[in-house]
This record gives sequence, C-alpha cells and structure tokens, in this order.
Amino acid sequence: MVLALLLFLALSLLLYALLGGADFGAGILELGRMGRMGKQEHALVQRAMAPVWEANHIWLIVAVVIVFMGFPPVYTTVCTFLFIPLMCVLLGIVARGCAFVLRYYDAAADHSGLYSGIFAVSSAFCTFFLGVLAGAMTFGGLDPSATEFGPAYLSPWLNLHCAFTGVFACALFSFLAALYLSGEAEVKALQEDFQRRAAYASIGMVVAGAAVFATQPGLVTKFIETPLALSCFFLATLLMAQLWYAFRYMKATRSVRFWTRAAGAGVVAMVMLGWYSVVFPAALVFREGVLTYYEAAAPLPVLKALLIALIVGIAVIIPALIYLFKIFKWEVLE
Amino acid sequence: MSHLLAARLQMALSLGFHIVFASIGMAMPFLMLTAYRKYLKTQDPEYKQLTRAWTKGVAIFFAVGAVSGTALSFELGLLWPGFMKYAGPIVGLPFALEGAAFFLEAIAIGIFLYGWDKVPPRVHWASGLVVGLSGVTSAFFVISANGWMNSPAGFDWNGGNPTNIDPVAAMLNDAFFLQAVHMTVAAFQAVGFAVAGMHAWLYKKRGYSLHLKAVKIALLWGAVASVVQPLIGDLSAKAVAGRQPEKFAAMEAHFETETHAGLLIGGIPDEETGEVSFGLRLPGLLSFLAHGDFSSAVKGLKEFPREDWPPVLVTHFAFQIMVGFGMLLLLIGSLGLWQMWRGKAFSAGFLKTLVLCIPFGFIAMEAGWVVTEVGRQPWIIYKLLRTAESVTPRPAVWVTLFGYGLLYLFLCVVLVFVMQRQIKTLHKQLAKSAEGNP
Repeated sequence: MVLALLLFLALSLLLYALLGGADFGAGILELGRMGRMGKQEHALVQRAMAPVWEANHIWLIVAVVIVFMGFPPVYTTVCTFLFIPLMCVLLGIVARGCAFVLRYYDAAADHSGLYSGIFAVSSAFCTFFLGVLAGAMTFGGLDPSATEFGPAYLSPWLNLHCAFTGVFACALFSFLAALYLSGEAEVKALQEDFQRRAAYASIGMVVAGAAVFATQPGLVTKFIETPLALSCFFLATLLMAQLWYAFRYMKATRSVRFWTRAAGAGVVAMVMLGWYSVVFPAALVFREGVLTYYEAAAPLPVLKALLIALIVGIAVIIPALIYLFKIFKWEVLE
Repeated sequence: MSHLLAARLQMALSLGFHIVFASIGMAMPFLMLTAYRKYLKTQDPEYKQLTRAWTKGVAIFFAVGAVSGTALSFELGLLWPGFMKYAGPIVGLPFALEGAAFFLEAIAIGIFLYGWDKVPPRVHWASGLVVGLSGVTSAFFVISANGWMNSPAGFDWNGGNPTNIDPVAAMLNDAFFLQAVHMTVAAFQAVGFAVAGMHAWLYKKRGYSLHLKAVKIALLWGAVASVVQPLIGDLSAKAVAGRQPEKFAAMEAHFETETHAGLLIGGIPDEETGEVSFGLRLPGLLSFLAHGDFSSAVKGLKEFPREDWPPVLVTHFAFQIMVGFGMLLLLIGSLGLWQMWRGKAFSAGFLKTLVLCIPFGFIAMEAGWVVTEVGRQPWIIYKLLRTAESVTPRPAVWVTLFGYGLLYLFLCVVLVFVMQRQIKTLHKQLAKSAEGNP
C-alpha cells in the first residue's frame, strides 16, 4: 500500500518536473535574456505555456495532498523546520503565476516589461528554492530537538549542498524548457538559439550536479551502491550524447524535433528516478536518524481511501488532460 | 502581538482573500455560460462580447485564485502543524478529491479560454460548464474539511491518539452539507450582485446596452440566490444551535439560559459582566429560531466553562452583519426579480441601488466565515484540540503575517488596476462596433 502511494507520489513529482518544470525553465531562460527578448520568442513562450500552465502546476498540489494525508509527519516537519525555503517557494509561485497571467491579459499595457521581469526573476527564485527544499529533506541537517533559531530553522537548508541542489534544479528546468521550446519554435534562428541555450544549461547541470555530490559526504558511495541510480545516470548520459549528436549533425525535421524533446524529458525522468532510488526509503534525514516512508505512513484505512481517491481522480483527469494536450499540443508534437 | 494571534490573523487574511477568488471561480463561469448560451441561441454579437469580457475576468481571477490556493495548501502546515498531524490522515480525503476537482477545473479552463476556434461550440460550452461544476465540487470538498472541524467524525480520539479512522465518515460529517450549500449559494449571491452592480455603474456612465444585458444576467443569479439563502441560513442556525450551543449563544450574545428567549438585534455585549447594552430584543423569537418552538430553552454562555467561550463580541457583530446584509440583498433581489418578471426597464434609482450593493454580498460572506471560525474558538477541532495547542512552534510568525499581508495588498491593487484596463479595452471595442453600424 505504501509502495503504491509512493508510486503515485513519484509520478506526480515527475510530471510536475516534466510539465511544470518546463514552465519554470521558460521563465529562467527569459531571465538569461535580461529583457532583451524578441517579440517572436515572447509569443512562442506565451503560446506554448498559456493553455496548459495551470494544469501543469496542479501536479504539485497532488503531491502535497499525498504527503499530508498519507505521510503526515513528513508534511508537518517540512512545514515547521524548512518554513523559510518553503515560504520562498510559495512567494515565487504566487508572484510568477500572477505576473504570467497579467502579462497576457494586460497586453495592452506598456507594463508588460515589468510583468516579464517579475515572471523571470520569480521563476528562477522559486526553482532554486524547490531545489533547496529537495536537498534539505535528505541532507541530514534537520534537528527537531534544536531550540535555537539557527540550528532548528537555518542550518538544515542554509548550506552549500542545498544551494547546489537549487542551482542544479534551475539548470535542469532551463535545459528542459530550452529543448521543448526549440521543438515548438517555427523559425530556424529561434530553434538554433534554444538549442544553444539547452547546451549551456546542460553544462550547468553537469557542473552543479558534480557540486551536489562533492558537498554531501557519503552521497557518492550511496550512489555507487544503488544499481538503479547508476543505470539512470548511464542512460541520462547516453541520452545527452544522443541529443548533442542530433543538434550537431542532424536536420531539424519534425521527427528529429520530436525525439529531441522526448530525449530531454527522458534525461529529466532519469534524474528524478535516480534521485528517488538514492534516497528511498528515507523521507527525511535528521541530524540523528532517518524517517522512512514506512514509518511515516498513516493508518491503513487512510492509505486505502487515499489510494482509491487517487485512482478515481486520475481516471477522470487523464482523459481530460490528454484532450487538453491534444487540442493545443498535437500539431506541435506531430 | 501574541504568537497565536499572529498565526490566526495570517490564516484569516489568507482565507479571507482566497474566499473571494474561490467564489468568483465558482459562480462566474455560470454567468459567463448564461451569456454564452444566449449568444449561441440569438447570435447577438453583444452576448459574445460579454462572454469574452467575462471570460477574461474569469481567467485572471482563476489564476490568482489558483496560486493563492497553492499557498494555502502549505499554510495549514506552516501555521498549524499540530492540527495537521491529527487532521491530515482523517480529513485528507476531501482534500485529495478537491485536488482532483481542481485539476479538472484547470484543464477545462485551459480548453475554454484558448479553445474558441479550436473546438466545436457545444464542446466549448460544455468545457465552460465543467469549469463551473468542478469549481462548486471543489468548494464542497474543502468545506467538508471545515465542517469536520466543527463536527468531528470518523475516528476515536483516545486522548489525542486517533484510532479507527474512517475517512469517508469524516468527510460526510454532520456540518458538511448545510455549510457547503450555504457557502455555494453565498458565492452566487456575492458574485451576482457585485457583477450586476459593476455593470449597472458602467451602464449609467456609458450607456452601452451590453452592460444592461450583463446586469440582467448577473442579477438573476444573485437575486435567486438571495431569496433562497435565508431559508438555508435558518436551517444552518438550527443545526449550529443543536451541535455547537456555545457558538450559537455567542452569535446571539446570549449569556443566560432561558425559555422564551428573545432574538437580539444590535447590542454591544460585555463578556466580563455578561450583559448587553443598547440591543433590541424580540421576545421568544430566538427560541423559535433555534428549535422551532417559542417556549423552548436556549442555552446561554454561562452554562459552559469560561475558558470554552468563543470571543462573544466579534462573533455577535459578524453574525449581525451577515444577517443584515443578507436581508438587504433579499429585499433588493426580490425587487429586481419582480421588475424583470413584469418586463419593466430598471429605474435609474434601482440601478443606483445596485451600484451600492457591489460589496454587500462579499461583506456578508466574509462575516459569515468570521462567525464560523471565530465562533468555533478556542477549538481548532471542536471539543478535542485547542487552537493554541496546534500552532506552530516556529518563531517570527508576525514577520510572515506582515509579508503575506503586503503580498495580498499588492495583488489587490494589481487586480483592480488590471480589471479597470480590461473595462477600458471593452469600451474601445464597443465604441468601434458602434461606429461600424450606426
């Protein structure tokens, strides 16, 4: 039962990364442009994101609901001891969501520069702190017995390791966004431009990824001892090589564009899967001891009810979601 | 400011803000669909313009509501970890289902907003209906969780160690249904009157017939809701009197248990002395309202230990405000319905009155939530867990209160600004089409 729920949790986090993450990435790419973004590029981001972004971000709510109903101690501990990065994420979510929708609907205004600025900055800010949160949950700095402000509320996340997981998240999401957008772009110059940025982002991923490992003693050994994580790493490298080859030597036909995007999504999926497999079954790592998902799980009838609700919910949502993507994304996917 | 008070204020601020968006998300799609249906039937382009204009409003408010709702889903844990520890497993189910309904709403709104020329009109109209229906469904689920706090069910408490958890029984708690219906109707009331008032004002200012059409649609929804609401309110009051007599007594500032209890109108209660000054009492009516019998006994606050009293002044005032504005809307709504039924044009005076009514429904709704929430104090889970016991141990709650306050204030300013621009754009379009066919 716990495993079935974790499967749903992993799946909703993965979809959040693949769909919502690309939206965050689009904002980060805009930040890289520093306001020198062309009209075409602007329109592309808008067209790609507008119909689907709200649905994309609800995967996070699904994940939160699974955690707070199914694994309540995990939720309350994160909300209490990691409240600072969590508040930063929330601030980012609110700011970027509002800025994005207002940029579109207030297009007559000359304030769209301001909206774009808020959208770009808060996308990066939010992604960074999402990464920090993910890093802090398993870094091993959580200390519920601490009474001073610093050890209880700062040191669990205010460290190099978490900072690098934050940077890594930014690189990962902008990589994904650049790949998706290069696939949706119709103008060749834009396609190539996004490919170039995907390449820069992937360099960022490698550097930040190495730093994540370097700043967490024991992570490397754990990683090597987990066959699944190793194979994920191997596959991700393979996909990256394939991407590089496609960009370098292949013409951007429709099918190539489709496969490059699929490969980008594959890289992100491998990163997520690798991450799950390294941390599993720990939900939270404390200064002393570990809280596993098995220990944190709510009583059985609760888990059952949650699982049924998830299955019913997914059965309703998936067809609707497919229809949504079919209307707005089919022509670009083909 | 005390730690607990800061946390309560932050929650009140966030919920008070979110509730406005939630109501708009619930009711506005139905107004929009009414206009859309009229367009599909009559092919009158003004209805299409109106539908489009309202759709933009829905999009903006939905997006802001969605992000503020995401923030709320974390805020429960950020402020009340002691509550979520118990409540998470027990009332997680309605939240999970709410998540699903909300998801469906987000998908449908994507189709509705961007699918004008991409899907057939019937499918398009239906996607709008899904937006509205899933909005109402989400509200039902969320309110079920709130109902559970008033009427805990589906577990054995065991001195703070809940066992025998039955999430379905918790979801279908006694308070759930009436509370949900009361709130849903309130949403239609508030949104209907606010929209009618806005368009009445624009009509008086600019004279475009589109605005008059808008007034009629919005007022119809708002007025019907206002006529139904007092009946549901009465049932709710009876339910509260039976289930949470302290809350009922605080709503009425009723200190002494008595038979033939009088209904208090106005009045300033003093918790220390247990007396009320400047009120008007209608003899016997409170007994009748509470139990349907003029001679029945109504429990007063003094029956209960002092530390279990809700704040009487706030609860009583909020209740009076809610009922007062509700009655006002009932009156104005009935007047509007009568005029529409007779096929008469609205008088200038009536349109002016509608403009005045813009905030009334929302004031009543917010006051109603103050009654529910403040009236349940000092408990977060009625009779089981005190609010003070569940507040977060983390420091600096007042800092985040201040931060959230600023954020919401900023959002309000931006929204007002953007809506005003939307109206300007609409008027430009209207002026253009007026030039086109003089």
